[in-house]
Amino acid sequence: MSTWLIKGVAPYGGDPVDLLVADGVIAEGSAAGAQVLDAAGLVALPGLVDLHTHLREPGREDAETVQTGSRAAALGGYTAVHAMANTDPVADTAGVVEQVWRLGREAGLVDVRPVGAVTVGLRGERLAELGAMADSAARVRVFSDDGMAVHDPQLMRRALEYVKAFGGVVAQHAEEPRLTEGAQMNEGVVAARLGLTGWPAAAEEAMIARDVLLAAHVGSRLHVCHVSTAGSVDILRWAKAKGTRVTAEVTPHHLLLTDDLAATYDPVYKVNPPLRTAQDVAALRAGLADGTIDAIATDHAPHALEDKETEWGAARPGMLGLETALSVAVLAMRETGLLDWRGLAERMSAAPARIGGLPAPGLVVGAPASLTLVDPAARWTPDPAASASRSRNTPYAGRELPARVVATFLRGEPTVLDGKATR
Amino acid sequence: MKHLLSAGDLSRDEALTVLDTAVRMDEALAGREVKKLPTLRGRTVVNLFFEDSTRTRISFELAAKRLSADVVTFSAKGSSVSKGESLKDTALTLEAMGADAVVCRHAMSGAPHRLAGWVRGSVLNAGDGTHEHPTQALLDAYTMRRRLGRVDGLRVAIVGDVLHSRVARSNVLLLHTLGAEVTLVAPPTLLPVGVAEWPAAVSYDLDATLPKADVVMMLRVQRERMGQAYFPSEREYSRRYGLDRHRMGLLPDDAIVMHPGPMNRGMEIAAEVADDPRRSTIVEQVSNGVSVRMAVLYLLLGGAQ
Amino acid sequence: MSRALLDAPDVARVVDRIAHQILEKTDGATDTVVLGIPTRGVPLARRLAARVHAFEGVEVPVGVLDVTLHRDDLRLRGVRALESTVEPPGGVEGKLVVLVDDVLYSGRTVRAALDALRDLGRPRAVQLAVLVDRGHRELPIRADYVGKNVPTSQAENVRVLLAETDGRDAVLLERQEVAAR
Repeated sequence: MSTWLIKGVAPYGGDPVDLLVADGVIAEGSAAGAQVLDAAGLVALPGLVDLHTHLREPGREDAETVQTGSRAAALGGYTAVHAMANTDPVADTAGVVEQVWRLGREAGLVDVRPVGAVTVGLRGERLAELGAMADSAARVRVFSDDGMAVHDPQLMRRALEYVKAFGGVVAQHAEEPRLTEGAQMNEGVVAARLGLTGWPAAAEEAMIARDVLLAAHVGSRLHVCHVSTAGSVDILRWAKAKGTRVTAEVTPHHLLLTDDLAATYDPVYKVNPPLRTAQDVAALRAGLADGTIDAIATDHAPHALEDKETEWGAARPGMLGLETALSVAVLAMRETGLLDWRGLAERMSAAPARIGGLPAPGLVVGAPASLTLVDPAARWTPDPAASASRSRNTPYAGRELPARVVATFLRGEPTVLDGKATR
Repeated sequence: MKHLLSAGDLSRDEALTVLDTAVRMDEALAGREVKKLPTLRGRTVVNLFFEDSTRTRISFELAAKRLSADVVTFSAKGSSVSKGESLKDTALTLEAMGADAVVCRHAMSGAPHRLAGWVRGSVLNAGDGTHEHPTQALLDAYTMRRRLGRVDGLRVAIVGDVLHSRVARSNVLLLHTLGAEVTLVAPPTLLPVGVAEWPAAVSYDLDATLPKADVVMMLRVQRERMGQAYFPSEREYSRRYGLDRHRMGLLPDDAIVMHPGPMNRGMEIAAEVADDPRRSTIVEQVSNGVSVRMAVLYLLLGGAQ
Repeated sequence: MSRALLDAPDVARVVDRIAHQILEKTDGATDTVVLGIPTRGVPLARRLAARVHAFEGVEVPVGVLDVTLHRDDLRLRGVRALESTVEPPGGVEGKLVVLVDDVLYSGRTVRAALDALRDLGRPRAVQLAVLVDRGHRELPIRADYVGKNVPTSQAENVRVLLAETDGRDAVLLERQEVAAR
């Protein structure tokens, strides 16, 4: 194992220190023989943890693989990602989750934590073998039918109850399907003008309202994926005030982009849940700042070119997110004064780790040296062709973003140095 | 003008130029045995119809042929499009063939916008999904001007399935640009959320609107909508929002009745209203369509590119 | 840079002369109509008709012939606005038609006019009157009545101003500044 001395780095943007990394942990004592990394001007954050990543393997290796997605994650400052279950085959058995977990270990760039499907084949009909996935080598703790909601209220109640046995959590993609049939974008002024079928905010809010009531009733944890509306923030705030054990995530794109981008009819802006209005963006930022929303999660959703270079209505929803998440978070939350570096670290590392059942990350002596170094002064413009992802569907092409990951360490080993992946 | 994708792209002056040019086209062909002008000789116009619409396709074909353009018509059925070729591939094929203009009809909103990003020629939206149908709005405005002498200041009621109507969207934008006052009349289920932001008034009451309308434009209502609970029954729809002879009597004396076609006789419009020789402009709209489309093709292709 | 080729009195004299010539060559303007080609051919046609009437008391019907839809050089410029074609009272069938334009240059406008004229009917004969012939013909076309022959280079531009359209009468020879530089 290599030993590194990270010189002059500012943990959480505070006073510069020298960080010694030895034997995979943050260490004290002699730096003799250590490789030196001059980190003057850089900010150190604990390694970022993503609760919501689509790695597409198995099934759509043309769009992303565990290997390419892991590299994109490391370049974005992540040391752990939760790989969503909507692969082909669906990750609804111990066999599939173990395969994804093993591919993650082989790639060795981030900890790949498989998410298990709640229901067999994501069909919403009967529970998948949740316990078997929890007991597998992948030690699954987060279960989600993401892409679809667990629509049947009885099935949702049972799932919430059942995962208590092994400390699991159900992460719900909150979408009332009858209200979103054929939906293409946020229902509102822009959709009305563009003639695209609307996805009403109420379809998300109604499902969240139902689920927080169910979770409170059975005393279970609930996690809400990609919250996108102001009304959802209100419901979550109400539920948390009542003591319901609910957590929630918001994506970087919902913190920055709005539905008027659909006017280009370029499906790079098509995503589910859809981009909403400026008022929603403001409410999401406020909810993230005050802790109503716990975490930022990317919903990194790679898609092959032929699934995006189409008519809006024929395109698959989803955006890349891993490589740009921190920059977008800095733009939306830090440059607006809503969160400082410590606040960002809580929402992009500590909170998602807690929700996913991972050890608490930290920049303290003895903690695993999983961390990322960020140049806060850098400005950069994402270039889809330069992405480490196998796909190109970033909505930020040509848009200048602040802050750039310079290096990432996973348990003491560099996965990114000088802004380049080490493997 | 490079493309015509939305009626909202036209300034007042541009819209008036189209209407004036259509008048000249009419004049140039009036009374002639050979209805053909040499204007667009050597230009290639591709009609790309991903959705069946005999009426619009023939209208564009005739317009292009009367201006001596070479016309190629691609219907989705039987072409490579139905064999899974993507819009992008089709666009690149057209590009390789050197199309000067592509007239695009598509079931998905925004498809012509995408096409415009992939081809060098002009793209003309001939109806996209539930978005727009700008040449229909232009021919409607042309018809109003011919019948009533002006568009500015006209009170136009657009009645029916506004939610799913590309004709309504284009008409609201164009008529507003040209200074008409538009009132949308529909059951609340068939109006889009966000309609309050449109430059139009909204009413649920047809009977109250008709006495104050110079033009009433009836939109086609698809019977399938009933299954999706937009309204309880055909009968109830036609009772509340259909234009029958009795309702036609509520209109001011010189008001006209329009319909973009195809009509559901007995549903949104009674046969005797559709065939009323004094008020109905429905047949005229079809012939005006050719003149307006000639005008648009001329303005898109009649100069240096 | 521009230089006056004709001033207002010159223009009036030239119009008078052409009117006289028309009377001579058309047997007193019997069965004759004048058709102006927009833009400036139209007021010129009206003036010619008015002068013919003043000299001999003959009414010469005036029409307007827009040739744009028949041009073969549309691609060389931006889109041109269309003008109304107005048939002269009595039509053109069997008449002697005098086409009137301001400047004769390549001859393409006249060619388009001959095509456009065919749509109005079959005249007995067609003649051409222009205020200025500046040469550089690209087609075998010549004018029957010429106000002034002006040898020009292609870098020059002949601009006709008429009171009806421009507020005053004059013919100017302009150097195309951009091309010259």
